[in-house]
Amino acid sequence: MTVTIYIPRDSGALALGAEKVAKAVAQEIETRGLDAKIVRNGSRGLYWLEPMVEVATEAGRVAYGPISAKDVASLFDAGLASGGEHKLSLGDPEKIPFLAKQTRLTFARCGITDPLSLEDYRNHGGLKGLENAIAMTPADVVKQVTDSGLRGRGGAGFPTGIKWKTVLDTTADRKYIVCNADEGDSATFADRMIMEGDPFVLIEGMTIAGIATGATKGFVYIRSEYPHAVATMQKAVEVARKAGVLGVNVMGSPNAFDMEIRVGAGAYVCGEETSLLNSLEGKRGIVRAKPPLPAIQGLFGKPTVINNVISLASVPIVMDRGAQHYKDFGMGRSRGTIPIQIAGNAKHGGLFEAAFGLTLGEIVDEIGGGTVTGRPVKAVQVGGPLGAYFPRSLFDTPFDYEAFAAKDGLIGHAGITVFDDSADMLKQARFAMEFCAIESCGKCTPCRIGSTRGVETIDKIAHNIEPEKNLALVTDLCNTMKFGSLCALGGFTPYPVMSAINHFPEDFRPTPVAQAAE
Amino acid sequence: MSMQAASTQIASRAAAIVDEMKALEGPLLPILHEIQEEFGHVPAETLPIIAKVLNISNAEVHGVVTFYHDYRNHPAGRHVLKVCRAEACQSMGGDAIAAQISQALGIGFHETAKDNSVTLEPVYCLGLCACAPAAMLDGEVIGRLDADKIEEIVREVRS
Ligand SMILES: Cc1cc2nc3c(=O)[nH]c(=O)nc-3n(C[C@H](O)[C@H](O)[C@H](O)COP(=O)(O)O)c2cc1C
Ligand code: SF4
Ligand code: FES
Repeated sequence: MTVTIYIPRDSGALALGAEKVAKAVAQEIETRGLDAKIVRNGSRGLYWLEPMVEVATEAGRVAYGPISAKDVASLFDAGLASGGEHKLSLGDPEKIPFLAKQTRLTFARCGITDPLSLEDYRNHGGLKGLENAIAMTPADVVKQVTDSGLRGRGGAGFPTGIKWKTVLDTTADRKYIVCNADEGDSATFADRMIMEGDPFVLIEGMTIAGIATGATKGFVYIRSEYPHAVATMQKAVEVARKAGVLGVNVMGSPNAFDMEIRVGAGAYVCGEETSLLNSLEGKRGIVRAKPPLPAIQGLFGKPTVINNVISLASVPIVMDRGAQHYKDFGMGRSRGTIPIQIAGNAKHGGLFEAAFGLTLGEIVDEIGGGTVTGRPVKAVQVGGPLGAYFPRSLFDTPFDYEAFAAKDGLIGHAGITVFDDSADMLKQARFAMEFCAIESCGKCTPCRIGSTRGVETIDKIAHNIEPEKNLALVTDLCNTMKFGSLCALGGFTPYPVMSAINHFPEDFRPTPVAQAAE
Repeated sequence: MSMQAASTQIASRAAAIVDEMKALEGPLLPILHEIQEEFGHVPAETLPIIAKVLNISNAEVHGVVTFYHDYRNHPAGRHVLKVCRAEACQSMGGDAIAAQISQALGIGFHETAKDNSVTLEPVYCLGLCACAPAAMLDGEVIGRLDADKIEEIVREVRS
């Protein structure tokens, strides 16, 4: 029987040498005359173990990692093809605690299947949600999504079903589904992992959204920094089209739905939904004032669902297992699961999908294992460049939209960057302002000018120039930005800045003269 | 080839690209991507061609080209190295790594080496935040940058 060896083609694995590993494995298969084939899968998301190679044996999958090309010959000597023991053996991947503790609903197939095999997708439960949706009325599909409690995973946490209902209820000759795959936040890579590792689940989710709202055309807007995701999505759309999953008769039904992959051009603000729509229309990525809501007048003025990748990729499981199944996970008004991305200086960095409700401390210390450098954790930034820095004293905050808001923070796209005690929070606050200045779309003054003033003022504090007065000035500026900005770029930049100031005041205090003179 | 001949060639190739893609919904970004792919930058003389076919003003096309970080108005070096400067990479010593790269290449960010070998650019996240610090060399992703990997990169762009 042909042995299947899985070697990820996920960007993270590639960045750690997976391509060289794949070449070396192919070489060994050939020189040893083995009956084996290589499948380039997605990543399971255990990045400290990537490139992680898996072999399908009669007793199930056996994993090895992290593998570098020079380990490959010895792996074959140890009997990799039949799951033989090696110093890099990890055993059954699903028993690795980091994976065993997860609840994988959205990422159920990621890292397991061949991303471009529709057959594999079906064999692992794919397309059942779409089949169910086709058999239902659009209103019932929308209701099921609403009942699941699914909220937008792109940052704002708006209920997905309610957005869809507005589009369904708005009559128009043409409607669109737009997938926001701009994923510009630092510490986030869940969208990328799904697009590279299980692209059909996104295609299925978008098709369900089309059927539910009466939209016949979809766009996936992927940032240009993700060439591998773009390539995989493009291929997957072709496969889906050939198989009749996309097209004039979706899976043989009377519903038409097709989609295109579009590539961004390096502007963070284009992740903001109205800026993204302008960009898709071929305009500058300037934020639009709301109303009108995109659901009523969106792309080319037509009713448009715009959802994040993970929101859409979570719909198939809701339509397959039912609203209640999804809703049973989570806490409070945060229902279902959330792919938490543990990034930066974390010992066990990667993707951890879990029901809402874990505390920040559990995520950082237990799951993430503390820092890679082995030094104490000083701060974690939650929710990307617009998210707050949390000190250890807030590590009891549960991962839940409302709980984070109550602590002047946000979950955002659920990325967590871990910093050790060498971090300088003044520098981090300065960077937040600098980033806002670089990426501002320029429409409103507090954001466009305020961010540059913010950088200058923080520099003055760093140089001990009237620190008290300048600190008050930054606080003032943050208030102006918070209340005077049209979108969350200018409006939320105060979160990282003020959290750094409030939770780590020692980093903003004038350096004692003796030390400064050193 | 004379300057004028080169310019005529650019114009005709650009016209062909615009013609091929103009039927897309919202064709401007795809067209600009294709033009940059073809010429390595978006040559100024292509803007009126695009504007005319899409029936928009030159100023509008110019406004779009200048809004997005990706579009260049002059060619980059033979290699393009993008180094992530965002938070997750910062937390893993990304600033020091960026300084080392800049020093090893002898250029600052947004600069191209005198021998035209490489252009160094900042990028804000490559989605490799669990493999930080990260970079991208001509579209190839590189994680966990360290002194050895920097040396490898320098060797590659100089070869
Ligand atoms: C500056 C800025 C950047 C954003 N970037 C993204 C992004 O990269 N991806 C995303 O899904 N949402 C992003 N958002 C949020 C979107 O505006 C919008 O809320 C989201 O696409 C809605 O989809 P959802 O309801 O499925 O979350 C951003 C918002 C702002 C203000
Ligand atoms: S806050 Fe900044 S990015 Fe948002 S609309 Fe205003 S200027 Fe543009
Ligand atoms: S922050 Fe550097 S890759 Fe994401």
